[in-house]
Amino acid sequence: MTEICNLSARDLVAALKKRQISALEILESTLQRIAQVDGRPGTLNPGEQTTEDAQRVHAFITLTSQRARTKAEEVDRKLAAGIDPGPLAGVPFTAKDVFCVSGTPTTAASRILSGFSAPYTATPVARWEAAGAVMIGKVNLDEFTHGSSTESSAFQPSTRNPWDLTRVPGGSSGGSAASVAAGESALSLGTDTAGSIRQPAAFCGVVGFKPTYGRVSRYGMIAFGSSLDCPGPLTRTVTDAALALQAMAGPDSHDATAANLPAGEYLDRLENGVKGMRIGLSPDYFRITFPDPETGGYEQRPVPAEFEDTVRQAAGLLKSMGAEIIEDVPMPNTRYGIPAFFVISRVEAASNLHRYDGVKYGYRTDQPVQDLREMYRKTRAAGFGLQPKLRILMGMYVSAAQYSAQYYQQALRVRTMIRRDFEQAFDPAGKYRLQALLTPTTPTTAFPIGAVYGNSVLMQYADQLTVPANHAGIPGISIPAGFAQDGLPIGIQFLGPDFSEAALLQISRAYEIATEQEGWRQKIPQAVQQNP
Amino acid sequence: MTEQIDRDAFNHLVSLAAFELDEEQARYLQREMNNQLNVIDELVAIPLEGNVPPASHGVPYPPEVSATPREDKWIPFDHPEDILAQVPQFEDGYIIVPDIPHQTLE
Repeated sequence: MTEICNLSARDLVAALKKRQISALEILESTLQRIAQVDGRPGTLNPGEQTTEDAQRVHAFITLTSQRARTKAEEVDRKLAAGIDPGPLAGVPFTAKDVFCVSGTPTTAASRILSGFSAPYTATPVARWEAAGAVMIGKVNLDEFTHGSSTESSAFQPSTRNPWDLTRVPGGSSGGSAASVAAGESALSLGTDTAGSIRQPAAFCGVVGFKPTYGRVSRYGMIAFGSSLDCPGPLTRTVTDAALALQAMAGPDSHDATAANLPAGEYLDRLENGVKGMRIGLSPDYFRITFPDPETGGYEQRPVPAEFEDTVRQAAGLLKSMGAEIIEDVPMPNTRYGIPAFFVISRVEAASNLHRYDGVKYGYRTDQPVQDLREMYRKTRAAGFGLQPKLRILMGMYVSAAQYSAQYYQQALRVRTMIRRDFEQAFDPAGKYRLQALLTPTTPTTAFPIGAVYGNSVLMQYADQLTVPANHAGIPGISIPAGFAQDGLPIGIQFLGPDFSEAALLQISRAYEIATEQEGWRQKIPQAVQQNP
Repeated sequence: MTEQIDRDAFNHLVSLAAFELDEEQARYLQREMNNQLNVIDELVAIPLEGNVPPASHGVPYPPEVSATPREDKWIPFDHPEDILAQVPQFEDGYIIVPDIPHQTLE
């Protein structure tokens, strides 16, 4: 029989409401799985990594079991009293540790926030909890979300990929993706600035949904690039992504960039299929542009054949269900996504990270200092890891008065060009009239731990196929589409026009239904198999 | 590959950012910055027509979707003590910091 912790959020809620299981039973099963696979949580003083560490997932920084028990009891009490406990009642979730949750440590995986206990709760977390969901912990990430592998966390051991424990889970929402893949939670709340939900979802074989910018409030979320950051769900099924988004989307008086639009009805049309929908394929998403570290020049390469094949097979399935597949949609500015991101995100990061100074919260140096400036320097030197330092310095350089026109203003104009590619593809009166563009999520499967880390340019190129959606603000979803030759998951991505979340979920669900019986859907992650 | 950010420019940025770096960190950061700058230079070479406006956000915010301004009303936070509890050094209602550098104007 299926263990409770492997059930989807939808099935958990259904079983709970029929009184077949209790919220406490769900929680116990989940905590048992965590004890079985996760190993020790990430800490600032980890010491030597052990052989045992190498066999565990390490998704968590902080486990909030007591808080979870209180919430689960509340759900059970409501059920017993005949009160509706909410659409996510009893569903265990993890939150990337950039979301403030009242009374819990919130670290952004950085030493500079050590000792910080959030005095308030982020809107997406508050809404999931109001819907009855039960937060079981805060999970690891790249420090301040600055990376694509979770390796740059100041809290070690960093997260490992549940499908192959020698590989990274992706990032920056690596703890989120790994915790969902390993059955340590049904849902996770992540953030996506260049692909930080979709890329780890693809690497870990789960669903990752970056909604439209402004669809979900950013209140209470620690910022990286404020014009790019989007909170969104990671789940094991498309239906769960719809449920999770439903519970957290919508206007918020605490965030002026949260769109003043009510949440859509993401479940109503979920299983209506794709008949008559126009779905595009673009040659610009079947090749990647790579900087050559030797020459400083650029090389274009096709994505590996099995990635293009997987996308084309998905297109074939959707076509057989009545979708119209439109080939050769030009997206010529895709290749500029990373260079433009290198500028825009760094300027925004530098601005956002100046506030960490050891005065009002978090870490302050304990070394003797002469004056305030020396306190700032010593605090920031010891508090920030290399990746935030790199982003701050770079952001200051490219936004300096003498370079701003050349770099920052130019990057913002390139951003307009990237946006125009999507507007032309999705224009209902245009040549292509797409409901969605279908692409690979990543150009590779999860890479080995240590293989890319340190090379900040190569690491950024892991986001090449996801970052255009952040520039354009449009929604994008990555869903599992099988496994590559190397045994690791492959993800496919659907991108759609602003606020087309319902359509993207509907297409994704159609693909999920069409592949429900395939053998790869029965595979069990290595972390679960090897840690009985 | 050119080294556009030399050590003097780098050190100036480090001081503006209020960091102190050891030599190993400095070498890594300066190298990575120059590598990133080589990528960014691809942008500079893109020919843009004169009428391409900058986009500070991808999604346009027409009035019907924009958040309405909040009423200009003071709403006290429920637990100010939870905010003050975060301060590394707090005494008698004051946030304590080391001496603030100053110079006396003549």
